[in-house]
Amino acid sequence: MAIEIPKRTYKGAIRTITLGAGDKAVTVGGETSLPFYLFEGERPNPPRIAMEIWDMEPEDWPEHALEPFKDVVSDPAAWAKKCVEDYGAEMICIQMVSTDPNDKDVPADQAAETVLKVLDAINGVPLIVWGTASHEKDTEVLKLICEKTHGKNLAIGPVEEGDHKQIGGSIIAYQHTCISSSPIDINLAKQMNILLGNLGVSDDKIIIDPTTGGLGYGIEYSYSVMERLMLAALTQEDERLQFPMINNMAKEVWKSKEAKLTPEEDPLMGDPKKRAIVIECITAMLLLLAGSDILVMRHPESIKLTKEIIGDFMAAN
Amino acid sequence: MGLTGIQIFKMLPKTNCKECGQPTCLAFAMALAAGKAELAKCPYVSDEAKAVLAEASAPPIRPVKIGNGERGFTIGGETCMFRHEKTFVNKPGLAIYVSDTMSDEEIDQKIENFMKYRYERVGVLLKADMFAVKNESGDADKFKALVDKINGKTDATFTLMSDSTDALSAAIGVLGDNKPLLYAATKDNWSEMAELAKSTGCPLAVKAANLDEAAELTQEIQKAGVKDMVLDTSSRTLRRAFEDQIFIRRLALQKKFRPLGFSTIAFPNEMTDDPIKEAVIASMFIAKYAGIIVLSEAEAHNLFPLTVARLNIYTDPQRPMMMEQGIYEINDPDENSPVLITTNFSLTYFVAGGEIEASKVPSWLLIMDTEGLSVLTAWAAGKFVGDAMGIFIKKSGIADKVKHRKIIIPGYVAVVSGDLEEELGPEWEVMIGPREAAHLPAYLKMWKAD
Repeated sequence: MAIEIPKRTYKGAIRTITLGAGDKAVTVGGETSLPFYLFEGERPNPPRIAMEIWDMEPEDWPEHALEPFKDVVSDPAAWAKKCVEDYGAEMICIQMVSTDPNDKDVPADQAAETVLKVLDAINGVPLIVWGTASHEKDTEVLKLICEKTHGKNLAIGPVEEGDHKQIGGSIIAYQHTCISSSPIDINLAKQMNILLGNLGVSDDKIIIDPTTGGLGYGIEYSYSVMERLMLAALTQEDERLQFPMINNMAKEVWKSKEAKLTPEEDPLMGDPKKRAIVIECITAMLLLLAGSDILVMRHPESIKLTKEIIGDFMAAN
Repeated sequence: MGLTGIQIFKMLPKTNCKECGQPTCLAFAMALAAGKAELAKCPYVSDEAKAVLAEASAPPIRPVKIGNGERGFTIGGETCMFRHEKTFVNKPGLAIYVSDTMSDEEIDQKIENFMKYRYERVGVLLKADMFAVKNESGDADKFKALVDKINGKTDATFTLMSDSTDALSAAIGVLGDNKPLLYAATKDNWSEMAELAKSTGCPLAVKAANLDEAAELTQEIQKAGVKDMVLDTSSRTLRRAFEDQIFIRRLALQKKFRPLGFSTIAFPNEMTDDPIKEAVIASMFIAKYAGIIVLSEAEAHNLFPLTVARLNIYTDPQRPMMMEQGIYEINDPDENSPVLITTNFSLTYFVAGGEIEASKVPSWLLIMDTEGLSVLTAWAAGKFVGDAMGIFIKKSGIADKVKHRKIIIPGYVAVVSGDLEEELGPEWEVMIGPREAAHLPAYLKMWKAD
């Protein structure tokens, strides 16, 4: 008796989007089935990992997160260079933490200067620039960054309903890619992509940020919204959802107390470094299963293992 | 139910006697198909039709109970491919692997860890559930002694792994009501294994080389009188194991293919030598459909993240996780510490509580029962509004714990401050906190009691 496996046919496909310019540009998307359902579709571009750096020295990272970068954390350019040269980063994501108006409130010109130095140091590796989700400040900072990096095809975000006209305009004018961000809701995700389309952002320049909850902090919401998004894109041919997805997950993972607790604080939580890496990798696994195309991750060991896992999913049977 | 109203109608007496309470047999058939009537209401239906209908209305993935009573859990019984379609119901059991050839130290350590690494979250106990004990020594007495020891020292359920029905019988004997899963019936031994499962009432794992062989074996074993089965298709690479899980569930749910209508057992411990990678593979099986997941280590750094992942994925998407109403102490507060109030949606609590904790500022956090709604939703629904909040604050007993009379409310519900002040009376001052939890640390560091 040979069992016939029920296969699903998909009418839609995820678009392919290229980040960066030149020979180190990275292409994501293009999948024609649910994530890793390679028995009934194709995934020409496996998911990619962007290594996270900050534009200032982090104050609240646990020792085990700082350790791999401790010689470079005070210099974003050196930090980015180390990610590329020592850890083989295929993409860098810089978090513009210093520009937070509720905190350091570093001005736009200084922030843009930092980004230019980082770009210079990473020698063509694609760069993602992530603001603080403060509409006013992001408009200032991200617009200036767009202008100063004309033609480099950076991924710029988060672009939200409240600031999409301002930031989106600069993204179009200076030829970058737009991270279309919405708060864990499939309809709002679609609405954002319609707005960006109306504004004139072309369809090969959009990546969806569905908003990422960490493990134990709402990951199930992100997981299900992403699954629904994939299903709508692939089976209902919802063309305003047929874009690759990015998950800015590192900061969600590492800000949780469970990623930081020391054995002195809680002896029942075990080895802090191993625990944090397991949390980061499980978060990555769940987001990959839900349909992520780009993961922003922090610890080199988590990244190495997650790459291995992606390889195992993509391996020939 | 898998049958349509018309299919059911064909099996009914078609006399329209109305004794079932429906005007016609067709109406009764439609009600049955919709799950709104019970077949027993028809006094005249044939035994044959009863059998067919019972079979058709059985769950597509058979629920199987392992253990007994409080010391036990059910796997299977799932009805959807994606959790948002309905919900995943029966959480997979996490099993810790031990072999009867391991040293006493190693075994004792695992027993100790199994009992020690337990966590409470949103009122749920997070823990490993089971030991998977392998009779590697081939010695039935040794196997039985080990199972007896673990059974006595823990509250675990068991998967018993042996080729020998003698060894299995001996170990089943010491477990009493704590019915173990027997691992495993294969194409070579299924007949004796089925006999043992039938005579002891234990569920039986079926290990086959592939899906085809698994379907053949489950049918034979079912004919031998065993209904409670769990599948292992022998895939030990990530891609194959992932695909098998999807195929089995699709066949069961979409094709109503009974021979594979069972839950599964997965072995991340046999898929890699790297214990961290093993935990990550285990999380794949949590999201993708396994019923039992066997781990080589019982370490906190694996068990905490895995049990949280399991809690998250198996949360009912229609019903948010809720915290219990009350006063939560964060960073060891005293009579001069700030008092904050928010709703009992678990995510609200975790995010706000996490930020308060990270601020290192000792604080009192009042969690008010809003039926699991988040701040803005609860406000819009009239549950997180001034008068209700005031009544809760007065009743909570927080006034006995602090000397000051200041209450910090979430910035998003600033509009309730007037009503709240009115309800609390003039001695209280209502302070508007930040809108986003992320800004709580900065806010609390500036806060002063006087």
